[in-house]
Amino acid sequence: MPEFAAPYSDTEEAAPTTLKRVLQKMWHLRMGVLGGFLILCLIFVALFCPYLAPHDPYKQDITKRLGKPAFMDGGKAEYPLGTDHLGRDLLTRILYGTRISLVVGLAAVILMLTVGVTLGLVAGYFGGKADAVISFLVNCMMGFPFILLAMSLVAVLGASLQNIIIALGCTGWPVFTRVIRIETMKLREREFILAAKSLAFSTRRILARHILPNLLPAIIVLATVEVARAIIRESLLSFLGLGIQPPTPSWGVMLAEGRDYMLLQWWLAAFPGMAIFLAALGINLLGDALRDLVDPYLRKT
Amino acid sequence: MRTFIIKQLVQAIGVCLVISMISFFLLFLNTDPALLLLPPEAEVSDIAKFKKQMGLDRPVPVQYLDFLRKVVLHGDFGNSFMAKVPAAKLVRERLPATIELALAALILVNLVALPVGIVSAIRRYSLMDNVATFTALLGQAMPLYWFGIMLIIIFGVWLRWFPISGSDTWAHLVLPAVTLASWILPINMRMVRSGMLDVLNQDYIRTARAKGLTERKVLIKHAFKNAAIPVITITGMQVGALLGGAVVTETVFAWPGLGRLAVDSIRMGDYPVVQAIVVVFALFVVIGNLAADILAALIDPRIRLG
Repeated sequence: MPEFAAPYSDTEEAAPTTLKRVLQKMWHLRMGVLGGFLILCLIFVALFCPYLAPHDPYKQDITKRLGKPAFMDGGKAEYPLGTDHLGRDLLTRILYGTRISLVVGLAAVILMLTVGVTLGLVAGYFGGKADAVISFLVNCMMGFPFILLAMSLVAVLGASLQNIIIALGCTGWPVFTRVIRIETMKLREREFILAAKSLAFSTRRILARHILPNLLPAIIVLATVEVARAIIRESLLSFLGLGIQPPTPSWGVMLAEGRDYMLLQWWLAAFPGMAIFLAALGINLLGDALRDLVDPYLRKT
Repeated sequence: MRTFIIKQLVQAIGVCLVISMISFFLLFLNTDPALLLLPPEAEVSDIAKFKKQMGLDRPVPVQYLDFLRKVVLHGDFGNSFMAKVPAAKLVRERLPATIELALAALILVNLVALPVGIVSAIRRYSLMDNVATFTALLGQAMPLYWFGIMLIIIFGVWLRWFPISGSDTWAHLVLPAVTLASWILPINMRMVRSGMLDVLNQDYIRTARAKGLTERKVLIKHAFKNAAIPVITITGMQVGALLGGAVVTETVFAWPGLGRLAVDSIRMGDYPVVQAIVVVFALFVVIGNLAADILAALIDPRIRLG
C-alpha cells in the first residue's frame, strides 16, 4: 500500500478527499481483482485436478510415507509437497480438496440463501406477528453456538457430504434473514412499492418483481462472504472428525491427519491449512470489493 | 428502565426454552437411548421394561417437560451414558478451564482491538488504519485451528518457548489464548473502528469542537463515552463466537474444558452431556447479550426509551 504511506492525520474531516477516495477505490478494486483471480484458480483446479495432479489421491505407498517436500533436503521432485502418513502425494490431495470445499461451500450457501431470504422477506414485508415469530427464531439460532449445533446434527444424521451441507445450511441461514429483513423493511416504505400496491399488484408479484431485484446486490455480497465461511466451517467439522471422513481428500481431514505428525512433519498440517486460507481470502477479497461497488454504506457493518 | 429489563428478560427466557427444546429433540431424531444403554443381546421385553423404568415410553412432549422440570429445579440433566456420573457434574468440573481460557482471550482481544480500532477511526486511511484493516482481512480468512497448529509448530516445537498442550501453568495458557483471541479479533477491531467513526460523525462532536475544546477533551469527554456503547454490545454479542472458538481451541491444545468435552460427547453419542453443554453455552450467550443490552441502555437513554 505505498500510496498510503503518508499518515492521514486530519481528524476534522471524516470524509476523505476525492483523490484519496479514488485511490481507496483502486486499492480495493485491486484487492478484488486479486480475490477474483484466486477464485478463478480455485475453480480451474477443481475442474481440472485429474489433469493437474501428478498422482492418484487415494494411492497409498507405505514405503514412501512421510516424504519431505521437494524444496527441503531429502525431498523428491516427484512429490512437490511431500507425502503423508500413508505415502499419498500431498499436493495431489490438496488439489482434489478444492472440489469438496467448493461443492460444500456453494451448496450450503444456496441452502442458507433459500431459507434465509424467504424468511427475511416474509418478516420484513409483512411485519407484525410473522416478523415477531421469525425474529424470535433468529434470536434463538444466534444463541446456539454454531459449532455445537452443526456437530450434533452431523452426529445424528450421519457424516456424509449431503448431511454436512444440510448441517451448515441449517445453522447459517439467520445471517441472511437478519439482513434481508431490515433491507425489506426499508424498501417497503418506498414510493415505488406504494405505487405497485395502489396498482393492486399481487403481493407475490411485488415481492418477486419489485423487492427481490432490489435486494440482489445485498444478497450477492452476503452470499460471497458466506461461501468462505462455509468452506472454513466444513474444514472445521472435518478436522473435528464430524465432517468429511477419510480417506476423502478434504482440507480439514488432511489437517487433522497432519496434526498427528506436526512435531516432525510440519508441512503435512501447514499446506492444507494454507489452501483453506487462500481460498477463504480470495472469496473475502472479492466480497469486500463487491460490497464497495454495490453499496458503500454496507462497508461499515 | 424496568419495563425494558423485563422485556429483555422475557425474550431471553424464551430463547433459552427454545434452545433447550432443540437440544432435547436432537436426541430423538434418530437414536433410541434404550438401545444405546442396554447391551445388544437384551430381549424385547427387557427393553420395554427398561423404557418404562426410565420413562421413555411416555409421549415425547411429556418427556420434554419432565426434562425441563429436572433441569430448572435441580440442574439435573441425567447421567452421562459413558462416565455413569451426572452430566451436570462433568460440566461443573470442566467449566472453570473454559472460562479461564475465554476470559484470557477476551482481555487479549480488547487490549488490541480497543486502541487499534480507536486510532484507526481517528486517523482514518492512515498507514496504520490500512495495515489494521488488511490484517483483519487476513485474520478473517484464517482457520483458527490451523493458526493454533502453526503456533504450536513455531513457538512450541521450533522455538520451545511455550508448552504445546495441557493446562498446568500460566505458560500453558499463552498459545490457546492467542489462538482463541485471533478468532474474534478481526470482527472486534472492525466493529470498534466503525462504532468510533459513527460517533465522530455526530453533530455533538462538531459542537464540542466548535466550543473550542481541545481535541483531547473532545475525544475523552464526548467521543469515548459514546463509543463505549457499541464496544459493550460487541463484547456481549461475541460470547457465542468465543465459546464456539473455545471448542476448537481446546481440541487443538488438549485444554481440559467444556469444548473438548463437547466434541468427545458428541462423537460418542453421550447425549445427556451434550444437552447439558448446549444449555450452559446458551445460558452464557443469552446472559452475555442481556448484560450488554442492559449496560448499553443504562449508558444511553435513547436505547431504553426508543
